[in-house]
Amino acid sequence: MADAKINPFNLSCPVPRVADDRIVLAHGGGGRLTHQLIEKIFIPAFSNAMLEQRHDGAVLPVNGARLAFTTDSFVVRPLIFPGGDIGDLAVNGTVNDLAMCGARPLYLSSGFILEEGLPMETLRTIVTSMQKAAAAAGVKLVTGDTKVVDKGKGDGVFVNTSGIGLIEANVKHSIGPAAVQPGDAVIISGDLGRHGVAILSVREGLEFESEILSDTASLWPAVEALLCAGIDIHCLRDLTRGGLATTLNEIAADRNVCIKLQEALIPVNEVVQGACEILGLDPLYVANEGRFAAIVPAAQADAALDIMKKVPVSCGSARIGSVEETPARTVVLQSRIGGNRVVDMLSGEQLPRIC
Amino acid sequence: MKFLSEYRDQKAAEQLSQAIRQKVARPWIIMEICGGQTHTIVKTGIEDLLPREITLVHGPGCPVCVTPIELIDKAVAIAGRPDVIFCSFGDMLRVPGSSRSLFDVKAEGGDVRIAYSPLDALKLAKSNPEKQVVFFAVGFETTAPANAMSAWQADHDGIENFSLLVSHVLVPPAMEALLSSENCVVQGFLAAGHVCTVMGYEEYLPIAERYKVPIVVTGFEPLDILEGIHMTVSQLEQGRYEVENQYSRAVRREGNRPAQQRIAEVFEIAPRQWRGLGEIPASGFQLRGRFQKYDANRRFPFSGEPARESPECIAGLILQGIKKPHECPAFAVKCTPENPLGAPMVSSEGACAAYYHYGRRQNQPIQPQLSSPASR
Repeated sequence: MADAKINPFNLSCPVPRVADDRIVLAHGGGGRLTHQLIEKIFIPAFSNAMLEQRHDGAVLPVNGARLAFTTDSFVVRPLIFPGGDIGDLAVNGTVNDLAMCGARPLYLSSGFILEEGLPMETLRTIVTSMQKAAAAAGVKLVTGDTKVVDKGKGDGVFVNTSGIGLIEANVKHSIGPAAVQPGDAVIISGDLGRHGVAILSVREGLEFESEILSDTASLWPAVEALLCAGIDIHCLRDLTRGGLATTLNEIAADRNVCIKLQEALIPVNEVVQGACEILGLDPLYVANEGRFAAIVPAAQADAALDIMKKVPVSCGSARIGSVEETPARTVVLQSRIGGNRVVDMLSGEQLPRIC
Repeated sequence: MKFLSEYRDQKAAEQLSQAIRQKVARPWIIMEICGGQTHTIVKTGIEDLLPREITLVHGPGCPVCVTPIELIDKAVAIAGRPDVIFCSFGDMLRVPGSSRSLFDVKAEGGDVRIAYSPLDALKLAKSNPEKQVVFFAVGFETTAPANAMSAWQADHDGIENFSLLVSHVLVPPAMEALLSSENCVVQGFLAAGHVCTVMGYEEYLPIAERYKVPIVVTGFEPLDILEGIHMTVSQLEQGRYEVENQYSRAVRREGNRPAQQRIAEVFEIAPRQWRGLGEIPASGFQLRGRFQKYDANRRFPFSGEPARESPECIAGLILQGIKKPHECPAFAVKCTPENPLGAPMVSSEGACAAYYHYGRRQNQPIQPQLSSPASR
């Protein structure tokens, strides 16, 4: 009964009519439309072997060493939110993209687009938290740029950061979906949904019994610990836009495998769960800024979990599922009550429901 | 988590599943009215726990799905005006009108905002006196008290730049319309728990009696739904047709009287168009008397092109429980959440979206039961 075969439909994806002729918000949501934008506009224009890796960062062979290189832009409203601000996000987001390549983060650049009228105090706050986050992650901010736009033409501050990291010598193969094997274990580094709910609570003026703080943090210490212990990491992904569901769908599709999850094993904080219930959101799709999924050989799963639990940023790690062969290109979740369902990639924005 | 994990307990679910198996002797078709229930069913895989004899069909209780296309077109036209801030529950933004959705209007520069409550829209009106703030007041009886309250409050505070585009619908007339159709396949109902929280369940007693159909007021958690099914199957197997209340932790027989009074003060019963189903007499609310000054229909006269439904969309058959979403030739091929042909593919409560996102297996098509069961 609970093991009944899942026979998913052919979820083919036609060109969207509504989103064809102009950019809509969902193009930046990390879901299906973002993917279509990349596949239809960017990849054809810039096509090369490094870009074809389709990873968060490019891995570049340079004089015998392997460098990881990545870039990310940050637009968030409000600029300062419970647990962080756009400054932390901008440093940690790029540091984490490097860490997910198995690279030790080394140097960052930072570009600021400032809106006329932005209080200097706000900028100071943001820069101070960038400095703190960079110190915590052990990276140096070595170059930057500033532009100012007319009032009304920006949302206070937009920040872009690019980063360079060095892939550790003991990383033998490249860490990414290509290394994922049926039989592997899926581990996540902590509970889901804190960042998205923290942002939403401020944006919508929601108050909860206890304040939810963004989970923004550098993930490198957890990755470093895994690498030092010699864990044969197959794939790492941070669970940002689109959340766990979107990330795992990307891996399942890239590698032509099934990822099977058990809902009861996926940690979600009680207050986050409550907020999601009220707003009609699914924590599997809510953004995180300090969580990642690690896919490792089943034989090393317990060891990896022990190591991750000892590092503060991943002390809430949990083994939540496994990689299987069929049904390919699918993420399946066994619900708490024992039924099965497919976990689809996010379509458009998650919208709050009516009642 | 309190009041959540208790209703998602695997052991209890297995016990209810066993109890249903023991009770069932013949095939039955049960309709859950509310789209929220549809999503719980599909999201938690409840059909995996049910015996073959039970077929669940998905009812018309998705407010987004049944809002007529003419009204979406009207909303699109109003939202495109430069003097308007248009507020809506999030679900409505993606619903396709004849040519565009509210999201399209937003992408073109219209001031379209997601609101969690009509009272938030009213606040927006107070702080933007130079703008007209319009709230898209859709929904069943569940959202009616808050929408009524916003008009009442606007009247009380003398706020003039606020109005409601009302498309309120009612559950009991829709059930009667389904039951009196010759295509009706439904033998028992899970009534919508939150609608009954507001309205109580006395109005369902004559329906159960007239159509000899069991109606069980049911909640939204997996165990609620399994228990509701168990109660419905018990009635069907025993040949009973009563109104029972599974959701007693939220629903009282008489409902929420103060909420009903506020609704009655602000709204009056009117005929309504249902997308996919057509006009049903006395099946909705419109603003009454002195509150008509808050009717966006009157404030923004609209003479658009006649509405055009996609000829390929079979939403009407799906909302009546005659077809399941994957039986539609356009399902997941021409009709997807990014490019929906009809509203049930859009809303978080729509049956087509539920099937699409949670990838249900293909069940056998629903056949009307020819051998008339004891209860009909």
